[in-house]
Formats: sequence, structure tokens, C-alpha cells
Amino acid sequence: MQIRPILAALRRHRLATLLIAMEVALACAVLCNACFLVVQRWKLIQIHSGVDESALAVLTVNGFDPSQAADVNARMLTGLRSIPGMQSVTVINQVPFGPQAGAAGVSHDPGSFKNTIGVVDFVLGGPGTYEALGLKLVEGRLPQADDYRPATNFAPPDAQVLVSRALADHAWPGESPLGKDFWCDKLHFRVMGVVDHLARAHPHDWGTQATEWTVFTPTLPGGSLAGTYLLRANPHDLPRVLHEARDAVAKIAPHVVLDQENSQTIGDLRADYFKSDRIMIDLLIGVIVTMLGVTALGIVGLASFWVQQRRRQIGIRRAIGATRTDILRYFQTENFLIVTGGIVLGMALAYALNLLLMQHYELPRLPVYYLPIGALVLWGLGQLAVLGPALRAAAVPPVVATRSV
Amino acid sequence: MFAYYLDLALRSLRRNKALTALMVLAIALGIGASMTTLTVLHVLSGDPLPGRSGSLYYPQMDPRDMDGYKPQDDPPEQVTWIDGMALLHAKRARYQALMTGGAVPIQPANSAIDPFFEDARYTSADFFPMFDVPFLFGHGWNAADDGASAHVVVLSRKLNDKLFGGKDSTGQMLRVDDMAFRIVGVLDSWRPTPHFYDLYTGSYSSEEGVFVPLTTATDMKFTHNGSNDCWGKGQSDNMKTATCTWLQLWVQLDTPAEAAAYRKFLLNYSSEQKALGRFQRPPNVRLPDVMGWLDYNKVVPSDVHLQVWLAFGFLLVCLVNTVGLMLAKFLRRSGELGIRRALGASRRSLFAQLLTEAGVVGLVGGSGGLLLALLGLWLVRRQPSDYAALAYLDLPMLLATFAAAVVATLLAGLLPAWRACLIPPALQLKSN
Repeated sequence: MQIRPILAALRRHRLATLLIAMEVALACAVLCNACFLVVQRWKLIQIHSGVDESALAVLTVNGFDPSQAADVNARMLTGLRSIPGMQSVTVINQVPFGPQAGAAGVSHDPGSFKNTIGVVDFVLGGPGTYEALGLKLVEGRLPQADDYRPATNFAPPDAQVLVSRALADHAWPGESPLGKDFWCDKLHFRVMGVVDHLARAHPHDWGTQATEWTVFTPTLPGGSLAGTYLLRANPHDLPRVLHEARDAVAKIAPHVVLDQENSQTIGDLRADYFKSDRIMIDLLIGVIVTMLGVTALGIVGLASFWVQQRRRQIGIRRAIGATRTDILRYFQTENFLIVTGGIVLGMALAYALNLLLMQHYELPRLPVYYLPIGALVLWGLGQLAVLGPALRAAAVPPVVATRSV
Repeated sequence: MFAYYLDLALRSLRRNKALTALMVLAIALGIGASMTTLTVLHVLSGDPLPGRSGSLYYPQMDPRDMDGYKPQDDPPEQVTWIDGMALLHAKRARYQALMTGGAVPIQPANSAIDPFFEDARYTSADFFPMFDVPFLFGHGWNAADDGASAHVVVLSRKLNDKLFGGKDSTGQMLRVDDMAFRIVGVLDSWRPTPHFYDLYTGSYSSEEGVFVPLTTATDMKFTHNGSNDCWGKGQSDNMKTATCTWLQLWVQLDTPAEAAAYRKFLLNYSSEQKALGRFQRPPNVRLPDVMGWLDYNKVVPSDVHLQVWLAFGFLLVCLVNTVGLMLAKFLRRSGELGIRRALGASRRSLFAQLLTEAGVVGLVGGSGGLLLALLGLWLVRRQPSDYAALAYLDLPMLLATFAAAVVATLLAGLLPAWRACLIPPALQLKSN
């Protein structure tokens, strides 16, 4: 295939060539960045909660006086446990993707906020909660019966706790976290073990580094730890069990109010929590697809115009011996050249756009491998778009050369 | 002449329907996407109290101890009970109101309605005149009610509809958390957007159902919703003495001179408190107005900005595409244009003819864009976010949609029209 005559022909259509190249360049820039945003969001919503989401649900009641807490807990635990299919019911203060109950700043020193570690989520759980959550211990020991202590203010004043690996790596980098101490004002905590993963209630709100800064604190139910219950059942029983549990509340404790919104399976809470991110992903994909469609239609439009404009020249070429394939190849190569020009410009634009987005939104740099992928997509798109007009060009009979228009 | 160009444009557009449809579609998609996202941005970054917001200010000061002090720190976003009450009673502004959010159990007299929790605002008497809150029945409470921790309550229109079927309920009693409250007023529909006076309970949340005096709410230990920022000895059972900021203070200052004087008063107050040893940090006061406060808190979600950027990128792709298609369309008619030139039409009139054609594409594309924007906003309203319900197209945005579509298409038409006017008439006539 000779490229020189194609370039010579394109030189006579500078404006149209430039326009297609521009369009491809813009599409390339938006495509790379939009795909990057989709992948970033996707990673965000894939967050590992560390708990057996499919087997767990949470049930929240309120509207009772703190002095009734022990009574409400006792009634709810007994009542809910009698529901067929229920594997366990335990008291907890918060679950991943539910309302946040215990976020507080902690530090390496007592009674001061100078040598701070950061704001962590305290997950308080009564006996059995650790087992029900299905957390994975990677270091240290499990909570024993005497580790469960009553909470005075919002947590026990002196507690042995489990921390997530992410928090351990952050607070004591390169050291064993076991036996280490930390304080939340005057409350003292000592690390007895490390769990693989445990997400905060609102993992998004605290930056990408801190999504799992959690402290599992064994706590005796009562006082402030009341009203929120962790239900565990076989995953395919769970919706029914939760439904029965919600209905049973009125009978078990007639004076409390069921919190409808916060009595759901962890899976539903998760879906709700990430709903806006899912919508954003759908939106981005919609924009990508529509934009590629518009670009392809634009190429079809201009290529058809060229084919029509050059009918006579095509006829002449056919008459002096060019095959149909030659004509087809001509238009395909022409498109390839223009799109390549557009992609080169588009890569620079994509990087510029990424820099702009990095300034305004917390986005990392665009990985380089997005560029060749974007290039391949656009080459493919260009070839697909030009195929129709090129086939029509190839079908021009040689006899056209002898006719005047 | 314009009518003739219009006729020519319509004929030309009809001649090649596929190409015309492509251009209209590109413009409609681009404009539809842009106007949808712009409308959402427009609604979200709007002025919650037009005409009044410029004279409402949010005093901030720094009552914290020296723990973790950095000179460039911003003061806390709320005030303590002690400072809030001191500024409230100083009455240095035309109006001042201290407030926080919460939720209270309502026990309706009508046994057909189960007890339920309702979002509440605990505030002081000036809240109603300062924010120019419209009343359907009755009125707000007065400063004496604040002082006496009176058991009075103001209901929202929605709650009054729910409890009393929309009838005038003033003077009746309502049981709130096992205590009887006298209803003194019922609000008319009122939903400032954003929910500027308390961003902690959601930047775009709807208004509260119940308003009670802050003093009463504190005495009765009603549940407090929002943010507590504590230091030193921190939170205790008595929020009146706790070293925590948890209340919002708003003041109305009608002139810049009054605002300057108030700022000075805040500085003096801070210095005085530091001299007394209550404040430890150097005086650090702020006095943003409503829009300044909303900017500082970045209330418009960053996703919304991102969507606007994305839509405009998309519009640009569509426009470049339209330029290309229009170029193809105009150049295809070189023969016809050549004849018009040869018959005496000037370049200028040819240019006007082609731009008329572009304008027609723009108008049709704009109508399509409007339909797509309405569809887009309908989709936005089905989202779960609390601002979703607000996404409606208003008249200025509707006109802007058409203006944007026509201007964008005319701009897109400039280059192809100019290129088509350069065609030498003789060459076209000869080649035919």
C-alpha cells in the first residue's frame, strides 16, 4: 500500500482531516480519563469489609431510656434468638456501611491529643459478636470471657482490643502491634490481636488510607451498648429471618421503636452506601459509549462525503486496473493515518486532562497503560466506522470514469 | 432575505436527512448532557435566602486550649453553650439566634397515628424573623419564652398536615417526649436550599418538623444530632459547661459597617475571654456570610462538579463532530453555492445563508437537548441523594438551553461556512 498518494490527497482536505483528528484526540482524552475514573470508583466499591456480609443483618431499635438498656437487651436477645433459622444474635454498636456510632481520635499518649494516631472507629461487641462477624485473626489471641468489660462513657475505660491490620501498620509501622498501648483521652486500650480486615461504618469519609482504621472492643452489653443487634443466619435464610425479626420487635419489646432504615442485611446496607458511586459508574460508562458512538458517526459522515466526492477518481483508478480491495485498503489506510494523528494528540490531551483532574479531585496519576488501550479502541472504532463508506467506494464501477457527473 | 435563507436552509436540510439527523443528534446529546449537569449544579449552588443571605453572618471564634495548636488553624465551626449564650444576650446584632438539630419522639393525641421520631430544631426566638420564615398560622415564640424554657412548639406545615389534617392547631397541646407542649405557630412551606443554617444534619436535607426553644430542649435533655467537637475535659452530661462546640450561631447585620463593628466585638470578646483564662489561643475570629459559609464548607458535592466537566467534554466532542459534518454538508453543495455566487450573491450573503442553516440545526438540536435534559433530570430525581428531589429545570435554565444550543451550533457553523464561501464560482461552473 502506498502511503504517499494518500497523504497527497489528504493535503487537499486539510480542514476535514484536521477535524477528524481533533475529534479522535478529544475522544481519546475523555475516554482514557473516564475509564480511569470508572476503575477508581470500582476499586472503591470493592472495599473488603472483613465480615461475612451475606450471612449478617443488623436490627436497630430506639426510643427507650438508657436506664432500660439492660432490660431491652435481655428481651431482644432472648426474643430474637427464638426465631427459627437464627444462628446467633449479639449486641454491637455499629456494622460496616451502617450508621457510625463510635469514631474517636486516639493517641500514643494518655490524656493528650499531641502524639495522635488518627480518628478510628470503635466497634463495640458483646460476647459472641467476634465469632458472628466472621473476622479473621492473623496475630495474637481471641477475646476471652473476662475481656468483656462494661462501657462507662462510650467504651470500657481499660480494654484489651483487636485492631485491623491496616490500623496496626499505620500506628506501629515495622513493629509487632501485640501488647502496644493507646489512649482515647483517658480511656486505655491494649492490643491483644490483629484481624485481617474490618471496615469502618463509613469507609469513604476518612480518606483512602483510613478505610479500615478500626478497633474491635469486647464490651459487656448495657448502658450505651444497647439497641443495635447483629443477626446471623444462613445466607439464603437471612431475608426471611430478618423479616420475622422486624415483625417480632413489637411483641418482644412493645415500648421501643424499630429503626426501619437501619434494620437491614449488611448486603443491602452496602448497596445503599455505594449507590451514588454505582450511579456515577453507570453515568461514566454511558458517556463513554455515547461519545464513542458520536465519534464513529462523525467519521462515517465525513468518510461518506469523501467517497461521494471522489466517485470519479475512484472510477478512473478502477478503470486503469485497481482492484476493489485496493480501493477498500485505500480508505482504510487513510482512516488509520488520520486516527493515528488524532491519537498522538489525544495522548497529550489525556495527560493534560488528568493533571487538571488531579488538581481538583483526589485522583492519582493516569497509569501509562491506559494510553495504548485507548489507542487500540480508537483504531478499532475508526476502522469499523470507515468500513461502510469504504465498501461503498469499492463498489463504484469503473464505468463511472467515462461519465460526466 | 432571512425568510428566503430559512426556506433554503429547510430545503437543504431535507435533502440529506441522514446527515441532518446526525448533526441534530450530536447537538441534542451534547446540550442535553450539559444542561442536565448544569441544572443540578445551579440548584445546588443556589442562594438559600435570596435577598437576605448577604446580611446574615455566622460568627466563629476559637475557645480551645493550646493542645495541638497551630497558628494557621481555622476556628471551630460551631460555638460552645457559654459563648453562644453570651453573644445571644449581648444583642449586638439586629437579630441573633443560637441553634442545633435533634430528634424528638412525638406522641400524637390521635391514637390512629403511632408515636414517631421527628427531626427537630432547638433554637431561640430570633430564628423566625431573622430567616424570614413564613407562618401559616400563629407566630414564633418570644425571648421571654426562651428565658423561661417555656414548653412551646412550632410545627412545620407537613407535620401539621400529618397530625391535624392541615387545620389551625395553634393553642392546642402536643405531647413531645411525655411532656405537653403548646403549639404557638405553624410554618408555611419553607425549605431553604442548601440547608445552610446547619450543614451537619445534611447539606440538602429538608426542613425540620418541630421547632422548640433551645433552653427547653437542653433542660429536657432532648437528643442532639450533629457534630460535637470537644477538647480539654471534654464532653460531660451537662452540655452547658462541656468544653465542646456544638451550637450554631447566626446573626443579622444589615450594613458592612455593622458587620465590621460585630467582627471587632468578636475580637474584643475573644481577648477578654483569654484575659479571663477561659480561652487560651490568640483571638481568631471569622464572620462569613451565608454564601461565604457555604463555600467554606464545600457543600456542592465534588461529584456534581466532575459531572459538569464530563458533560462539557462530551459537548466539545459533539461540537467538533458537528463542525465536521457541517463542513461535509456545505462543501457537497459547492456547485449550488458557485451558481449563487456567479449570479451575483456576495460572500457575505452566502455566509449568512449558511449560518441560517446552522442556526436551524441549533434550534432543532436545542429542542432535542431540552427533551434529553428533562429526561436526564427525571433520572437524577430517581437517585437516592437528598438533593435529588430538587433537580427541576427553571425558566432561566430553559432559555439558557436554547441559547446554548443555538450559540454552540452557530460557532460550529462559522468555520465550515467560511470555508464554503471561499469556493471560486468559476471553477464550480466549469467543472459542471
